[in-house]
Amino acid sequence: MNIFEFIRDPSQIGPWFNEVLLSTGMQPWVANLIGDIIGVLLVVIVVLSSAIMLIWLERKIAARLQDRLGPNRAGRYGLLQTLADIVKLLTKEDVTPDGADRVSFNLAPALMVMQIIMVAAIIPVASGLVGANLSVGLLYFVAMSGIASIGALMAGWASNNKYALLGGFRVVAQLMSYEIPLAFSLLAAVIWTGTMATNDLAIKQGELLFGFIPGWNIVVMPFAALIFFISILAEGERAPFDLLEAESEIVAGPNIEYSGLKFAWFYLQFFVNSLLLACIFATVFLGGWQGPFVDQFPILGVGYFFAKSLIVLLALMWVRATYPRLRIDQMMTFCWKVLVPVTLVVVLIVAIGARVTPDRNINAVIISVANIVALFVTLGIVGRSLRRDVERRKAALPGAYTAQV
Amino acid sequence: MSATIPLSWFLLVGAGLFSIGLYGALARRNAVAVLMGIELLLNAVNINLVAFNRYIVPQQVTGQVFAIFVLAIAAAEAAVGLALIISIYRSRDTVNLEDIDLLKG
Amino acid sequence: MAITYLHLIFLALAGFTLLCALGVVASRNLFHSAIWLIGAFAGVAGLYWLLEAEYLAIAQIMIYIGAIATLIVFAIMLSRGMMIGRVKMNNFQAGISAVVAALLFLMLSFVLLQVNWPVVEQAVSVDPIPMIGEAFVTTYVIPFQVIAVLLSVALVGAIMIARER
Repeated sequence: MNIFEFIRDPSQIGPWFNEVLLSTGMQPWVANLIGDIIGVLLVVIVVLSSAIMLIWLERKIAARLQDRLGPNRAGRYGLLQTLADIVKLLTKEDVTPDGADRVSFNLAPALMVMQIIMVAAIIPVASGLVGANLSVGLLYFVAMSGIASIGALMAGWASNNKYALLGGFRVVAQLMSYEIPLAFSLLAAVIWTGTMATNDLAIKQGELLFGFIPGWNIVVMPFAALIFFISILAEGERAPFDLLEAESEIVAGPNIEYSGLKFAWFYLQFFVNSLLLACIFATVFLGGWQGPFVDQFPILGVGYFFAKSLIVLLALMWVRATYPRLRIDQMMTFCWKVLVPVTLVVVLIVAIGARVTPDRNINAVIISVANIVALFVTLGIVGRSLRRDVERRKAALPGAYTAQV
Repeated sequence: MSATIPLSWFLLVGAGLFSIGLYGALARRNAVAVLMGIELLLNAVNINLVAFNRYIVPQQVTGQVFAIFVLAIAAAEAAVGLALIISIYRSRDTVNLEDIDLLKG
Repeated sequence: MAITYLHLIFLALAGFTLLCALGVVASRNLFHSAIWLIGAFAGVAGLYWLLEAEYLAIAQIMIYIGAIATLIVFAIMLSRGMMIGRVKMNNFQAGISAVVAALLFLMLSFVLLQVNWPVVEQAVSVDPIPMIGEAFVTTYVIPFQVIAVLLSVALVGAIMIARER
């Protein structure tokens, strides 16, 4: 075991460290415990410190997309802007509003941060380099988003502020509704790959279809991937689904009354949550750490994984910086009348398609084609119903829809 | 993994949770609080189901399957129960079970 | 019997669960009761994990914390007023209920410790998740369908009952 071996395959560090501890005559469970604690600390530190870069990146990219400069004063390209913001937040007074429920008011930000750390534990960064390769990985990811909605609801109620409470209600309504298409599109991937463990999902997607097409789930089920992408826009509370913090309507969502460090926790949750959602997308649909030469040099997986995640994250930012906010009824209608039925169809397609022929390659083609057909049929139906809606309004309010050029 | 812990420990936790839930269901005036007590009762039962599954038939999943059925029934019960509570609150402006005595004549 | 760290984890989890359960029935503020309830659910999920029922632990978090606890909090908020002020939380039978519950616990624990359970000293060597899935569509297919119908009926019924007229 030398240093080059670790650089080639970082997943061997864990077992090696365990052996070193055991060779000192330690009880096995003490060695495991020490290894686990170090692993947890690593995940926490990486997750929380990634927020600093993420916030800068998001502000810079959103600014450029909207033809602005973005942060450019603190440090080169404004790189130190987030640090300056953190210092500012740390020095601010920590206000607890009058009549607030102290216990829940302080518990809520902790729950929000707990959620992102728990989700980070199942992200496989490279082959075998994962906090915990749970057999129930993806289900665990879905379950954890429930904790975030409880945290937001708690924050909204405890603040003793009607805008905060409205924000809390909206969070729960939105997150719970979009959890259904989210879970079902993941289910489609799980049915096809046959595992819920995140690292195994990435391994399974390394199989080539017909010997040359990468067997990523986005190739096999593009429509499921699209639905999942829309759902993570909503789960990440990003525009066009950012009515939870619609500044113009309910001021800022459940975290209005928070200041100082506690506000920073909500802020951190928002940005890191987006990164983690992008990581899950990359793992489930883009093959995770799979890429050329990853079998010989597993370390390359880290690069592939973060490149894919960043592309998804950039797409999320792009959408956020481009589209206006939906109304709450539009948001709910879209989820319950479009996404939920459509995801059920996609799950059916994948469940049936995976068993049509004994040849996995042919099944993949069948599922892929059926997915694309379903996508266009859905677009057609939704487009027609939208057009009919506009016609109805035109008939009801003549003159209101004159062409504006 | 858990085989070193005696089965009776888990059963004791289940019994404790059941008793606490029973007290909550019997002693509270508020309908939502009673419902919370009932949820604790169902959880206590589930602990027993899973513990017996693990210790007595570790290679089968009978207990877990039943626990999932209990979970589904708990969800249905909570949804209908809370809907009833909200409906009663709308019409009678109270959720205290002592005040809801229309059938008493 | 050697005390291992598993025993300590069990004791911590069990203590946490029971403490939270006590908080649920003893708290005067209904919202705090709900928060304690979430804690109790999480503790039970931890116990499932200790019993190597990972799927059930996650289902517990997803259904109990993600859905039922949220519903309860919603109900508490929608019927506001009932949690404001220091109203009496317990009814006239609180005392006797406590006695009954304590007696029940003593009786149950007496029985539990007396019985010689036919424990099988065996590690779980199978992956339970595919087995659960298979059980649902083979042995327990009828109950599974009935539960599905029950859930849909409950969902529709809840919406019909709670909807404003």
